[in-house]
Amino acid sequence: MTLNPNARMEETQNGTEVYNVDPLIVKSHYEIDYIHSYAQDSEFFRALGKKKLMGSKCKECGYTYATPRGHCMMCGAETEWYQLPNEGKVHTFTTCYFGGEEFLSETPFHLIMVEFEGVNSLFMARLIGADHEDLKIGMKVRARFRRNLRISPTDVYFVPVAEE
Amino acid sequence: MKPKGQNVYMISGGVTKFAKATPEMDFRLRVKKAFDYALKDANMSLKDIDGSVASYFSDHFQRQLMAGIMVQDYLGLTPKPSKRVEGGGATGGLSFQAGYEEVASGRMDVCAVYGFETMSHVNTWKGNEFIALASDTNFDYPVGGFYTGYYAMMAVRHMHEYGTTVEQLAKVSIKNHGNAMNNPYAQSPMKLTVEDVRNSPMVAYPLTRLDVCTMSDGAAVAILASEEKAFELCDNPVLIKGIGTGTDTMRLSDRPFGKVLLLPGEKESDYKNLQYPGVHSFRAGRSAAIEAYRAAGITDPLDELDVVELHDAYTSSEVQTYEDLGLCKYGEGGPFVEEGKANLHGKVAVNPSGGLLATGHPVGATGIMQGVFMFWQLQHSIKKHFKDDTLQVPNAKRGLIHSHAGTGTYVTVTVMEAVK
Repeated sequence: MTLNPNARMEETQNGTEVYNVDPLIVKSHYEIDYIHSYAQDSEFFRALGKKKLMGSKCKECGYTYATPRGHCMMCGAETEWYQLPNEGKVHTFTTCYFGGEEFLSETPFHLIMVEFEGVNSLFMARLIGADHEDLKIGMKVRARFRRNLRISPTDVYFVPVAEE
Repeated sequence: MKPKGQNVYMISGGVTKFAKATPEMDFRLRVKKAFDYALKDANMSLKDIDGSVASYFSDHFQRQLMAGIMVQDYLGLTPKPSKRVEGGGATGGLSFQAGYEEVASGRMDVCAVYGFETMSHVNTWKGNEFIALASDTNFDYPVGGFYTGYYAMMAVRHMHEYGTTVEQLAKVSIKNHGNAMNNPYAQSPMKLTVEDVRNSPMVAYPLTRLDVCTMSDGAAVAILASEEKAFELCDNPVLIKGIGTGTDTMRLSDRPFGKVLLLPGEKESDYKNLQYPGVHSFRAGRSAAIEAYRAAGITDPLDELDVVELHDAYTSSEVQTYEDLGLCKYGEGGPFVEEGKANLHGKVAVNPSGGLLATGHPVGATGIMQGVFMFWQLQHSIKKHFKDDTLQVPNAKRGLIHSHAGTGTYVTVTVMEAVK
């Protein structure tokens, strides 16, 4: 038995930041590291390190995707990995001048959707090496790859193809 | 799919004034205020409610899981049945339809659908990041991480396909912010010109600050009832004539290039060279409309609808949605707004409330807010609730509400009809 009517919680210096008193508004911090698996899409990220852009092709109906996709949305069958061409065309584009907090320091940046000859769907990526005024639907672009991988889809990005 | 359930009516509603931040109230109190307004308006009490549906989008904004039960608890609705429904930007529309299903199935006679979102607990940039977590976090979030960027790419393609102009997009902003001047619940009433819209800061080309909706704190409540209860509790209930829900691929990049899903009155030859939906149109919106029109018996939407409250998170998505809903053909959305057909006194009043652009977009509340404003339009009670009848659409008999998620991943369409 240790009944102690004089027990006290230890006092610390860990205060709370207060932004306002009426209503009472305080800072509440949150941070977390996930143990994130790319699971069946892992090959896409590994291939970027070998300077290869991998899409998916349906084993049954032959539909081709410019994105990793384990099963076909058209028929439900399993897909296989399929190497995409290194060059494609801009299907659409934008330049972002604002963004989510994580990417705010990277603004302005260009986003494009890439179409590849003979592939049924598109691929979203960043484009560098052009001003906003240079961006055109149909312009030819080429995939480039980071040497030091981040294991992120931004390990591939696109640049304009030099005019011949 | 043909609706087989019993008739469902909306019998009351309430909305809080949407605002950038209302830290003096938490989400429970905000819903309570909208709920009490709705109960009072129909002269109802807690005992009349059989159960509820809770509508809110993000657990990140407040870092509170099970916020739904906290509202259920605060409203005094425990131990009655309830559940949470979530589907991004369409959360409100999906929840409204879940409430419809509770009544249509005969499980409940009276169902309260309450929606809320508290977006002011983080700054706007963090808010953008949280919203972008509703894009594929393996492939889209790390590349773009910004919904306005995704919509901007769709707008650029729409402009390329059809010749839509930025001035036409600006007309949506002018119309909706202008309508909101007479809506006391709206967050951003403004009288604007095309120059104002184009000269405001560029967010993601071609969308400027005034082409994009804002983040908000807000709540909205809709009370739905069976036919018997509706006429017992309410002098002027509004029939929910049909519902439709469509879906599409999570990633914008995976959208197919196929054939248009046709509405009555459209022919395949209208769209000979159009690859559909691509990234310029919302197949989920079109398929939701097809289902809802079939249930409501609508064959000529422009002629048979008097008022529409649609999900204009961006001016461009309002233009895209005119087409998905068949208010005009694909490709005619730009001229449709430019010619004033979507104006308050145009061919069909689209977003007379001010829409998301000007009323605000507290995500879980938004689709229910549309339901409440539509209910008041069809009851012809706008004057009573707005203290001003400028926005009352004369002779409003049939209306449509439209709620939309992601890059068009979940879309709901609900047709409502005055019975009195």
